Amino acid sequence: MNEQTNRVSVDIGGTFTDVVLEIAGERSSTKVLTTKREPEEAVLEGVESLLREKSLSFADLDLFLHGTTLATNAIIERRGAMTALITTDGFRDTIEIGSESRHDQYDIFIKKPQPLVRRRHRFVFEERVAADGSVLKSLPEDRVAELGKTLKAACIESVAISFIHAYANPAHEIRVREILSDIIPDMSFSLSCEVCPEVREYERASTTVANAYIRPIMAGYLGRLKTELARRGLRAPLLLMTSGGGLTTVEQAAAFPIRLVESGPAGGAILASKIAMDCGLNEIVSFDMGGTTAKLCLIDNGTPLKSRSFEVDRTERFLKGSGLPVRIPVIEMVEIGAGGGSIAQVDSLGRLTVGPESASSEPGPASYNRGGDRPTVTDADLVLGRIDPTNFAGGKVGLRRDLAEKALDEHVGGRLALACVVAASAVAAIVEENMSNASRVHAAEHGKDLRRRAMIAFGGAAPMHAAQLARKLGLGKVIVPIGAGVGSAIGFLEAPLAYEVVRSRHSRLADVNDSGVRDLISRMQAEAVSVVEPAANGRPIQLRTSAFLRYVGQGHELEVDFPLDASTNINSARLRRHFEERYSAVFGRFLQSHAIEILTWAVTATARQLSAGTVKAAPSARAKPKPSGWTDFVDFDGTSVKAPVYLRSDLGTGHSIPGPAIITEAETNTVVPARFEARVDRLGHLELTNTAVGIAAAAE
Amino acid sequence: MMQTVRSMPAIDEIEFQIMWNRLIAVVEEQAQVLRRTAFSPIVRESGDLSAGFFHPDGRMIAQAVTGTPGHVNTMAASVRHFLARYPATSMKDGDVYITNDPWLGTGHLHDFVAVTPAFLGDVMVGLFASTCHFMDVGGIGFGPDGRDVFEEGFYVPPMKMIAEGMLDATLMILARSNSRYPAEMEGDLMSLAACNAIGVDRLREMLREFELGDLTLLCDQIVGRSREAALAAIAGLPQGVTRGEMVIDGYDKPVTLVATTTISKDLISVDFTGTSGLSARGINVPLSYAQAYSTYAIACALFPGVPNNSGSLSVVEVTAPQDTIVNAQRPAPVSSRHIIGQMLPDVVYGCLAQVVADRVLAEGASALWNLILEDAYDACLTQGIGQTARFSALSVQTGGTGARSNEDGLSATAFPSGVSGVPIEILETMTPLIFWRKELRSGSGGHGRFRGGLGQTIEIGHRDNHPFYIYAALDRIEHPARGRFGGQDGIAGYVGLKSGTRLRGKGKQLVPAGDTLVVQTPGGGGYGPVEEREPGRIETDRDNQLDG
Repeated sequence: MNEQTNRVSVDIGGTFTDVVLEIAGERSSTKVLTTKREPEEAVLEGVESLLREKSLSFADLDLFLHGTTLATNAIIERRGAMTALITTDGFRDTIEIGSESRHDQYDIFIKKPQPLVRRRHRFVFEERVAADGSVLKSLPEDRVAELGKTLKAACIESVAISFIHAYANPAHEIRVREILSDIIPDMSFSLSCEVCPEVREYERASTTVANAYIRPIMAGYLGRLKTELARRGLRAPLLLMTSGGGLTTVEQAAAFPIRLVESGPAGGAILASKIAMDCGLNEIVSFDMGGTTAKLCLIDNGTPLKSRSFEVDRTERFLKGSGLPVRIPVIEMVEIGAGGGSIAQVDSLGRLTVGPESASSEPGPASYNRGGDRPTVTDADLVLGRIDPTNFAGGKVGLRRDLAEKALDEHVGGRLALACVVAASAVAAIVEENMSNASRVHAAEHGKDLRRRAMIAFGGAAPMHAAQLARKLGLGKVIVPIGAGVGSAIGFLEAPLAYEVVRSRHSRLADVNDSGVRDLISRMQAEAVSVVEPAANGRPIQLRTSAFLRYVGQGHELEVDFPLDASTNINSARLRRHFEERYSAVFGRFLQSHAIEILTWAVTATARQLSAGTVKAAPSARAKPKPSGWTDFVDFDGTSVKAPVYLRSDLGTGHSIPGPAIITEAETNTVVPARFEARVDRLGHLELTNTAVGIAAAAE
Repeated sequence: MMQTVRSMPAIDEIEFQIMWNRLIAVVEEQAQVLRRTAFSPIVRESGDLSAGFFHPDGRMIAQAVTGTPGHVNTMAASVRHFLARYPATSMKDGDVYITNDPWLGTGHLHDFVAVTPAFLGDVMVGLFASTCHFMDVGGIGFGPDGRDVFEEGFYVPPMKMIAEGMLDATLMILARSNSRYPAEMEGDLMSLAACNAIGVDRLREMLREFELGDLTLLCDQIVGRSREAALAAIAGLPQGVTRGEMVIDGYDKPVTLVATTTISKDLISVDFTGTSGLSARGINVPLSYAQAYSTYAIACALFPGVPNNSGSLSVVEVTAPQDTIVNAQRPAPVSSRHIIGQMLPDVVYGCLAQVVADRVLAEGASALWNLILEDAYDACLTQGIGQTARFSALSVQTGGTGARSNEDGLSATAFPSGVSGVPIEILETMTPLIFWRKELRSGSGGHGRFRGGLGQTIEIGHRDNHPFYIYAALDRIEHPARGRFGGQDGIAGYVGLKSGTRLRGKGKQLVPAGDTLVVQTPGGGGYGPVEEREPGRIETDRDNQLDG
C-alpha cells in the first residue's frame, strides 16, 4: 500500500521551528525562528513558504502533524496558568513534601523544585476513599459549591483535582467537577483519575497539577492554530505528537497537554526506528546530541522502549529527583547534560568535567564570538578539526578558532598543564565517556546488551562524536541519516496514530480472573479506540495489552505484554512465564516459588499512518568524489594528520571514504576517524564501519 | 586489536579519570539492581541500601551515592572484617559472604552485608559489597526495647552464603525459619548476591576494554587523589580544638553527646569523651556507625565534591571511650542505633560552627521519625476482637532540617539520612492502616535570619478500628533542635493519641481500638537573629500560611 499523500510536519523547538513538507514522497524542509508569544505565527510562516515553493495551498494537504516543546517550556519558565489544587483533607502539602529525600547527598545547600501551585491555592475537602475504592468519608457537596466562589475571587484559571486513591474510585473527583462546572462554567479542570489514574499520591498529584498548569496555554494555542489553519483552507486532520511516540487528536492534546512534553525527542526516536527498519537493523541505539543535552534510546525491532515516568524541569544539573515528576507514557531514553554547548572546567580535585552546564545559544560557545568566554564541546571540536568552520550552520555562523583556543587554554590547558590540542582532546574524551557511561547504565537497567547494536546518530553535535562513542561501546556500525538536522519533524511523519490508557488495579496473579480486570480492560480498550478512531480514517486499529507485574513485596514492576482475545479469560500461567522470562533477562535469575502481583494495566490502540513506505533509493555515485578542502585533524588517539573534507552533497550511493576524513553539510559534520570507513548506502544515509571491530572479533 | 601507542602522557591522566568514572558507574548500576529487586519496602521505596567496590586489600575505592551515610562508611570497615576471617587467598570465584553482625556490619541486625570477590581468570581483582535493610529478623521486632542484642533477633556471623556458585541450603533454611517474613528474607538475600554479581560482570568488561590485568595502580591513584583533595580542603582551616555538646531525650533518661574536634594539618579528629554511658535499651551505637555519620557530616561541610573512598575517609578519625553510648560493646542492644547516630552531625557541626560558620546547618530533626507499625494480634485476642490483619510497616517520616547560612532549612526532608518516604497509598495497599493526615506543620521551624525547615503532622488510624502497635524510636520530644548564631530553636516533636494521651518517644506501645495515632515531627533550628530576616521571606511564609 503506497497511497500518495501530501503531508506537513512541524516541530516547535526553543529556538527554531522546523517544518517538513512531503509531497508524493518528496521532502522539502525549512527552519524559521520560533515566535514565542504566538507560536502559530512561525508555524504558519514556515508552512506557507514551503507550500508556496510547490505552488500548493493548505487545502491540498492530507495530514498536518505537529510536535512542540511549548508545554515543557511553560513549566520551566513558570509561565503557566494561575492554578488551584483540590485534594483530600490532610494532604494539602503532598506536592510540596514530595519524596522527602535530597537529590544530592553531599550538598547541604540544595534547592528543591518549587510546586506549581502555591500553598494558599491548595484547597481540601473532608472526603476519603480507601485503597480498595470504598468510601470512608463522603464528599461534603455543600462545601464544594462554596469553594466555587473562592476560586472565582482568587482569579483561578485552571483547577487540578487529585484525591487520595482516586485511581481506585474516581466518583468524588468527577462530582467536584460537576458541581463546580455549574458555578464556574468556563473553568479548565484536570482530574487525576483521567490524567494519571495510578497509585502513588505524589506522582499522580504532580502530574495532574502540571497538566492543569499548562492546559489553558496549550488549549488556547491549539485552538488558535486550528482556527487559523481552517481559515487558510486546511481540511486535513491536525494530529499532535505525544511523548509516548504516538499521534493524538488536537482535542485530546488540549485536554491532556502534559502528554506532549517530550514530543520532540520522541520524534527523533521514531525517526531512528524508521531508519533502523529501512536498513534492516533489528537492534539499534539512537544517539541524538544537540546544544544542551544528548539523548540515547534503545530500539528493538523498530519499537523504542517505553516508560511511564519522567521529570520536568530538573533544577540542578539534570540530577534525578531534582525535577517535578510526571507519570505519562514516554519513550524511554537517557538524557544527560552533554551537548555542543556543554561547558568544560577543572574542579577542585584537578578533575576535568564537561557539562551539564551549557552555554546554549546565548552567550554560546567561545568560538561563536557572542560573548561566551568559557570552553565548550563545540570549541574543542573546532580545535580538533572536526568542524569545517567555513560551513558551520550553512555558513550562517562564522566560527573563531582563536577564541576557542583562548578559552581552552585559560580554563583547561592552563590548569592542567596541557597543550591546547591535548586539552581539546581531553574535553572530547570526557564528554564521550560521560555519554557511554550513561548508555551503559541505561542499557543495563533494561537488561539490554549494547554491543550487538548499530548506532543511528542525528542532531547537530552527534555525528562528530558518534564514531568514538561507538568504539567505546563496542559497536561496529554508525548511521548518519539524511535530514538529521530536522530529525524530529521527519520522525513525526513516521509516527503511528496511537493512544495509551493506563489504569492501576491491584490483584494477585492467581486471582486475576476474579477481580473484574477483564471488564476494566474492555473499558480501557474502548477508550483507547475512541481516541484513535476519528483520525484513523477507516484504517485498521491494533490493540496491545500489557500488565505491570512484580513479586509480592517488591516495589518495582516489569511490563509484560500479553495477547488477549475478546472473550477469553486471562491466561495466568502464560503471564507468569512471560514475567519470569523478563525477570531473568533483566536481573539474572528469577525466584521459584514467590507469588506474583499485578499493579497496573496498559492498553495501546494503534493505527498506521498513510504511506509510511516512501523509501527511495538515492542517486548513485558518479565519479570518485573530490575533497573540498583539507583540515588539521586530531584523531581520537591524539595523532594529528591532514584529513580531507568532503561535502555531503557531493557524495552518492556507493561512494566510500576511508578515515580519517570529515564529511560536512549545513547542519552538521560527520567525523570519520582512522580505522573507520564511511559509505553512502542505497538510501543516501552515511554508514560508518569500524574496520577494527571485525579484526578483533575474528581474533577472539 | 591493534595496540594504540600513546605519545602524550596527559592522555593517561584523562584515561585515569575515565576509568575512575567507570568504576563509579559500575557501583551505581549495582545499587540500582539492588533497589529494583529488593523486597523490603524501606529498600525499594526509600532507598535504604548501599553498594561499593573494594581493592583486594580491603580499601574502599568506589561507592554508589545512595541515601545511607550509615551504610557507607560502616561497609568500608566491614569488608576488612570479612578479609580478616576469610583471607583473599582463600576466596573463590562465585563465592558470596554475608553477615548481619552489628559490630562487623552496619550497627544492627536488620542490615545484612554481602561481599563477593571479583576474579579475572585466576586473579582476584577486587570485591563488591552491598547492604540493605531487612524487613524482619525475628526477635522482638524492630524497636528499641531489647535488653541485649540476643533479644533483637537472628544473628548470622560472617559466613559463606554461596560457595563457588552453590547456595548454602542450610543457611537459607535457618534464615527463612527465623523471620516472620521468610519469603522476603530469602528474596533480599538473593538480591544482595545478584547486585554484586552484576558488579563483577561489569568490572570484567571494564578490565577487558582497558586491557588491564589488575586495578592496583588505578586504586592507588583514586585513593591518593581523594586523600590529597580532602587534605587540601582541611589545609585552609584554622588549626585548633573546638567542643560541641547536645542533649537529647534518650530511652528513659536524657543522653548527653559531647564531641571534641581537633583540626590539625592533615587530620580532623573527633572524640566523644564525655558522652553518656550505655543505655539499658537498644539505642546504643557500635562505634563504626558513629564514625560513619560523624565522617559524613565533615565531608558535607568541608569536601562535598570529593568521592567517598578510603582516601577521603583517611583524613577523619573518630574515637570514643568504650561503653559510652557511641561505642557500645557486645552484647549491648543496638537495634535503634540510628537515633543517636543521626544526631551526631549536629554535634560535629556544633564544633565546626566555631571554625567555618557558613558551612554548617543549624540543628534539625536529624534522626528519622520512622514509624514502625504492626498489628496487635495479641491485644486483639485478649480483647476478643476476631481476626485482625497481620502486617508490619516501616513508614519513613521526616522533620525539618536546620536552616542554612544562605537559605531556610528544608521542610519534611531527611538529613543526615537521605532516604525517601513511602507513598501512603502504597502503605494503605499493603496494610489496614489509614493515614488521615500527612502535611506540613506550620510554624514548627525555628525563627531566624533563615528559618528552620518545617516538620509534619501525621495521623494514622486502623481501617477496621482494631488496635495496633507503634514501636516508637523517636527523639527531640523533650529536647528540640537548637538554632545557631542567634537563630531560635525549632518546635519539639510530639507523639500521642487523638483521644488525648501522650505516648512515650521510645518503646512498643498500643494504639487502642478506634483511636488514632498523632505524630508531629520536629522542626529545624533557625540560623542568625530573627531581626535580620528579609521582609519578603516573612511575607511569603504568611502568604502560604506556613508561619503558624
